[in-house]
Amino acid sequence: MGDLKLSAVTKSFGKVDVIKGVDLEVKDGEFCVFVGPSGCGKSTLLRIIAGLEDATSGEILIDGAKVNLTPPSKREIAMVFQSYALYPHLTVRDNMGLGLRQSGASVADVQASVARASEMLGLGPLLERRPSELSGGQRQRVAIGRAIVRTPKLFLFDEPLSNLDAALRVHTRIEIARLHRELSATMIYVTHDQVEAMTLADRIVVLNGGRVAQVGAPMELYNNPANTFVAGFIGSPQMNFLKAPALGLAAETLGIRPEHLAISRDAGQIPGTISHVEHLGGETNVYVNTDAHGLLTVRLFGEHQFAVQEAVWLTPDPARGFLFDTDGNRIRA
Amino acid sequence: MSQARSSLSRTIAAHAVLITYTLIALFPVFVILINSVKSRRAIFAHPLALPGPGSFDLIGFTTVLQQGDFLRYFGNSMIVTVTSLVLVLLFGAMAAFALSEYRFRGNLLLGLYLALGIMIPIRLGTVAILQMMVAAHLVNTLLALILVYTAQGLPLAVFILSEFMKTVSDDLKNAGRIDGLSEYRIFFRLVLPLVRPAMATVAVFSMIPIWNDLWFPLILAPAEATKTLTLGSQVFIGQFVTNWNAVLASLSLAILPVLVLYLIFSRQLIRGITAGAVK
Repeated sequence: MGDLKLSAVTKSFGKVDVIKGVDLEVKDGEFCVFVGPSGCGKSTLLRIIAGLEDATSGEILIDGAKVNLTPPSKREIAMVFQSYALYPHLTVRDNMGLGLRQSGASVADVQASVARASEMLGLGPLLERRPSELSGGQRQRVAIGRAIVRTPKLFLFDEPLSNLDAALRVHTRIEIARLHRELSATMIYVTHDQVEAMTLADRIVVLNGGRVAQVGAPMELYNNPANTFVAGFIGSPQMNFLKAPALGLAAETLGIRPEHLAISRDAGQIPGTISHVEHLGGETNVYVNTDAHGLLTVRLFGEHQFAVQEAVWLTPDPARGFLFDTDGNRIRA
Repeated sequence: MSQARSSLSRTIAAHAVLITYTLIALFPVFVILINSVKSRRAIFAHPLALPGPGSFDLIGFTTVLQQGDFLRYFGNSMIVTVTSLVLVLLFGAMAAFALSEYRFRGNLLLGLYLALGIMIPIRLGTVAILQMMVAAHLVNTLLALILVYTAQGLPLAVFILSEFMKTVSDDLKNAGRIDGLSEYRIFFRLVLPLVRPAMATVAVFSMIPIWNDLWFPLILAPAEATKTLTLGSQVFIGQFVTNWNAVLASLSLAILPVLVLYLIFSRQLIRGITAGAVK
C-alpha cells in the first residue's frame, strides 16, 4: 500500500510563500510526476512529503495517516537525490543496507534485501566498491538501489537524471519505468524536463508559482490543456500563441501546436518570412517571422527544403487550436 | 607539469624566490639550533658560526635537563595544548554545524557574536579572568589554562568551520535523515569526515599560539607543578645574568613537539585538498 493525500498544503520561508495551497491525491501504485519551471516549488513540495521540510499549514496523509509530525525515517519513504547523496565512507553494500539496519532489521534480512535490489539493477560486481570508484550512472543506480532495499510505501525522486549525460538519461529513464512496473510501487518524481514527465508518468502535476496549474494523464494535458501555462510547458517545440482577434476569433489567444500549422509557398492565412530552419532528419522545424504574431514554429515530419528569407504562408488547423481568455484560461466551446 | 607549459628560466626564478623565502623564515630557527650546542664564549664571539671542535658544548642541554623539572614542564605543555585543541575542534565544529545547518531566529547574530572573539584579544580580559579563576579556586591548575585557551580558540574555529560546513551537500544530510540517522550520527559520521581539511587548518592555527603562550601560564598557573615549557624556560632569563646556553637549548627542545603535531595535521591537510581535486 502507499497512497498519498495532500490537503491545502502551504509553505512559506519567512515572508516568501513558496507553496500556495496544494491539494492532491496520489493513488497506490501510481507514477506521479511533478513538473514545472525552476522555482515553481516542486522540489519543496517533494521535501515536504519526505518530511525534510515542515508544511506551514495543511495536512499530509500517507495511507490515510497524518504524518505532519512524523520524522522522515518513520514515514516509510525512500528518496533518490539529484546529486546521488551516497555516503562517501561506506561501500555500495553498506550504502544500500544502512537504512534497513537503522530501522532494526536483522543482518540476514538486510543481506537478502541488498542482494535482491542489486540483482534487479545489476549492481552485483560493484557491491564492495566505494562511491568514489563508480561512474555517474553507476552512482545513480546505487542510489535507486538504496531506495528499493527499504521497500518503502512511497518512492520519491528529486530530478534523478539531471546530472547524467543524454544517452545515460534515456537509458536510466527506461530503467525507472521498468522498476515501476516490477515493483508496482507508488512513485513521485520531480523534474523540470517535460519529456521525462511525458514518458514516465501515469499522471502529471504541472506546478506554476506554488500552485497546481493542471493535473492529468500526459495525453490529457497535451490534447486538453487548461491554460496557456500548461499549453506552453507541455510539448516540444513549444506551442505557438497567436493573437486571436487578428484572426477574427472571439478570444485573446489562439494556441496551436507547431505540427498543426500548415506551411505553403503559395497561399494561406498568415504571411511571413523564414528566419531559421532546423533539419533533424525525422522532422524539420521551420521558424517563421510574422508581422502580426511574432516568431512562429512549424513542425514538419520528414525532410523538407526551405530557404532562409523565403516568403511563406501559414494556416492554423482550426480543429486543433485552443482558445484562451485574457487571464490565460481555456475557453471551452 | 607538462613540458609544453614549463620553461627552464621560469622554473628557476620560481624556485629562487621560494628558496630565498624559506631561508629567511628558517634563519632564526637555524641560529637557535646552532648556538644551543655551542659554548657560552662561542655564542658571543661568533653567533653565526657553525659549532666546531673548539666551540661545541652541550652545557645548555645538561643544565636544562638537570635544573628544574623540565620533563614535567614538557608534559604540562602537552596536556594543555592537546586538551585545548580537542575541545576547540569538538565544540567549534558543533557550534559551526548548528549555525550552518539549522534555521532559527537570531542565527546570523549568534554567528557574529561567536566570531567577535577573533577581533577582540582575550588578553584584554586578563584581570576578570584571573578574578574568576581565583573565585573558582582554579589558580595554579592546568584546567584554568585549558579553559582559557579553549575560549581563545573557539571564535576562529566556529568562523572557519561554519563556512566549510555550508559547502557539505544538503542531499547527503537529508539522505541520512531518511535512513534514520540521528543528528549526532549525521554530524560525526557524515559531516566531520568531509570537513577534515578545515579541521586540520583550524588545529594548526590554534595550536601554535597555545604552545607558545607565556602570558596566561605566568598569571594563572605559575606554580612549579603547573609550569609550561615556555614559562619554565624563563628561569634562565634573569634581570642581570641570562644563561643563554640553557635558554637556547630549552627553546630547541620546545620546537620538537609542535613540529610533530604540525606534520600530523599538515598531512591531513594535503590529503584533504588532493582528495577533492583529483576526485
